[in-house]
Amino acid sequence: MQNREEISRLENLVQSILDEAKLQGATAAEAGLSVDSGLSVTARLGDVETIEHHRDQGLGVTVYFGQRKGSASTTDLSNASIKETVTAACSFARYGSEDPYAGLPEQDWLATEFPDLDLFHPWSLAADRAIELAIACEDAARSYSTEITNSEGATVTSHQGIRVLGNSLGFLKGSESSRHSISCAVLGQRGDSMQRDYWYSVARNPDLLEAVDSIGRKAAERTVRRLQGRGLSTRQCPVLYSAEVASSLFGSLIGAISGGNLYRKSSFLLNALDTRIFPEFIHIHEQPYLVGALGSAAFDAEGVKTRARDIVAEGILKDYVLSTYSAKKLGLASTGNAGGVHNLIVDSGNDDFAGMLKKLGTGLLVTELMGQGVKMVTGDYSRGAAGFWVENGEIQYPVEEITIAGNLKDMFKNLVAVGNDVDYRGNVRTGSVLIERMSIAGE
Amino acid sequence: MEILNIAKQAILAPAGLQEQDIERVMSSLLSVPVDAADIYFQSSHYESWVMESGIIKEGSHNIEQGAGVRAVVGEKTGFAYSDKIELPVLLEAAGNVKAIVRQGQNARTAISKQAAWPRYYHSVNPLKSLADQQKVELLHKVDRETRKLDSRIEEVVISLVGLHENVLVANQDGTLAADIRPLVRMNVSVIVEDNGRREQGSMGGGGRCDYGMFVDQDKALEYGREAVRQALVNLDAVDAPAGSMTVVLGSGWPGILLHEAIGHGLEGDFNRKGTSAFSGRVGERVASDLCTVVDDGTLEGRRGSLSIDDEGTPTEKTVLIENGILKGYMQDRLNARLMGVSPTGNGRRESYAHLPMPRMTNTYMLPGPHDPEEIIRSVKKGLYAKNFGGGQVDITSGKFVFSASEAYLIEDGQLTRPVKGATLIGNGPDVLTRVSMVGTDLELDSGVGTCGKDGQSVPVGVGQPTLKVDALTVGGTSI
Repeated sequence: MQNREEISRLENLVQSILDEAKLQGATAAEAGLSVDSGLSVTARLGDVETIEHHRDQGLGVTVYFGQRKGSASTTDLSNASIKETVTAACSFARYGSEDPYAGLPEQDWLATEFPDLDLFHPWSLAADRAIELAIACEDAARSYSTEITNSEGATVTSHQGIRVLGNSLGFLKGSESSRHSISCAVLGQRGDSMQRDYWYSVARNPDLLEAVDSIGRKAAERTVRRLQGRGLSTRQCPVLYSAEVASSLFGSLIGAISGGNLYRKSSFLLNALDTRIFPEFIHIHEQPYLVGALGSAAFDAEGVKTRARDIVAEGILKDYVLSTYSAKKLGLASTGNAGGVHNLIVDSGNDDFAGMLKKLGTGLLVTELMGQGVKMVTGDYSRGAAGFWVENGEIQYPVEEITIAGNLKDMFKNLVAVGNDVDYRGNVRTGSVLIERMSIAGE
Repeated sequence: MEILNIAKQAILAPAGLQEQDIERVMSSLLSVPVDAADIYFQSSHYESWVMESGIIKEGSHNIEQGAGVRAVVGEKTGFAYSDKIELPVLLEAAGNVKAIVRQGQNARTAISKQAAWPRYYHSVNPLKSLADQQKVELLHKVDRETRKLDSRIEEVVISLVGLHENVLVANQDGTLAADIRPLVRMNVSVIVEDNGRREQGSMGGGGRCDYGMFVDQDKALEYGREAVRQALVNLDAVDAPAGSMTVVLGSGWPGILLHEAIGHGLEGDFNRKGTSAFSGRVGERVASDLCTVVDDGTLEGRRGSLSIDDEGTPTEKTVLIENGILKGYMQDRLNARLMGVSPTGNGRRESYAHLPMPRMTNTYMLPGPHDPEEIIRSVKKGLYAKNFGGGQVDITSGKFVFSASEAYLIEDGQLTRPVKGATLIGNGPDVLTRVSMVGTDLELDSGVGTCGKDGQSVPVGVGQPTLKVDALTVGGTSI
């Protein structure tokens, strides 16, 4: 930790905010404070386009007057503004209804141990160096092929910040984290067909970012391979989701087993606990303690201890994704998921991407999804897609302007395989996913 | 001008800043040769109330304020912002920003022009337009009346949000402009259950006005009725068809078609860079001659309306497509200057912490000659899509999607069965060439739209009359 003093100062500030809430009559309170800074540089067509200096701060306060809740937030951390913010939260609490489920987490749900998860790696990145990196990244993309004719540019960003969370049960913890990224988006043209695609790398440690020329090359390669996409006739066929779009399927799973959707009965997986929702070979687990990972955290947005745990084992739904409120509403304990899941891992099978294409045989490889098109209450699924038509395990030609549709309940059950071509960049880590059959709408 | 004084009072006075301080920061920015520079001050108060399971579950209040400082030279932009509105911080930001330019010069600026422009909404503070107790009572009333509508209602969630925003923009030419922007929105969402089948319905509205709009003529209760109606219709819905077919789009919110299919593709930045499927196509036919599409920031009290954009340019009614011919793009100052055209008042930003770019305001199609019922009668077999969720577009390939949330089969000119929602996909540059009938019934949406671009969200409006598109791909499951 580099900024122990600054963290202490902000921890003291949060404590004083909790004290102020008590002074104003709150029976319980929670406060979260964040201070972030960063740099974002974009180069386009070989020259710098934008240099952005970021500096953000914010405070959020939630107070309880018995079972009544009120919240307020501000970006102004002056003493006067903090006091006003607490007052605003208290005033809202007075108009709130008595809610038997409102309140802080139970004392014994709170995290008490704070292992170093190696989440803070500041990058002393001068604007000039960031410009060089962005230009080099974009150059690699533009020189990949003469069919790369235009560019949206390459962007290098570096962010770091301190977050402090405290509540009136005595929880008070400040921590530092960083996040850096490099991305590139270019355009290609062949005949009348113009396409754009991109690639990016993101990491807490700048040394672990993918090399700029590799990012540029992948952006270009992905763009060129899409040129002169064709339509498809309407049909049913097997669908392979490439790893980078497959994560969205498990994002929908998390939505459906999230406390908020469960207690509002707006989930297609109501009462599915301990029932089979995937084939037996599927194992999905949450791993909040992975060293250096983007989703790692020892506690959630309410201070509740996170746990490494199974969510789906042998295809059976083992656990929900709950915050304190939704847990109490369902008569359960929080699972430490206020604010979301922390590194969701979908275990891979033995096939690499080529192996997955073979398993697909003849069908659709999807590499891009468009629109929302997922109805959480019924599981009905219909999204725009682009990708490739595959025959006998070999990619034939790019396809576009089609939709893929089904129902998530069936899609989960008819999942055929998960590849070992894992995309490690996001909070959901999965390889490509093969689904036995979906409806394709096209020409 | 009164607005200017109110905004100065709200933003500068608490920070102890004077007009001369803005001039100092601007002078620092102009000490290097820039093509444009601006300082954007913003102070906003936002509140949100959520009612769920018959109780006020949550009320929250958010205060956001800060300033963004920008310098532009050629195509290059330097930008810094801070949530501290203090002179030393602003001067430091100006120092960082002008590093985009390498040589120095001497220039000073004085705020000399205080432009006048028409206003399209009142300087009300919506948060104060009802007492908190009245807001709570309104929510309870909507909840109570909505639950009474049908025994199959399982859950009702109601949200009420209000925003009061003061904006002050200083430009390199010495102009100081201000705006006071109210914005309210209410939403009712219901879950119904019948024989184990559950469905959802949702309806809302809003605009640049105060909470009175929900109280007048019981507008809020109408949202509840409409949400329940949609949810009940969907209980009976069968699988949607899959494939290319004739699609009739309802009036109002289905105008999201225009927003996705052509609106984004006509934003100036993409066209200056040549990355849009519409780049270089001004003067060409991109729609049937029944189609005239405008972007109009000047509609009274609409969610997407602005008196001035976030660069201080008064908004306009900009003709995008006239009788099928592409007329022009939506511009902010940077892209207008680089393309040698005038800004159209479309320079918008989510907040002081974001760079402005060309964005839509209220985008809609003008009415045509056809009776809406005649349009449906003319279809032998197809889909009537009445309500939509969100959409998305790839501006380079031109492919766009938007998702129907309430739709019906048309068989022999009659609406027959409701079908499940489905995503519709098409190609922006040619979808409007297939519009063969345009209704007389232009309607704007109820005021709930939010548009995302490059991670920035801004409120927008859409609208259209009933339209017939001869072929559009419907992404159902029934083959």
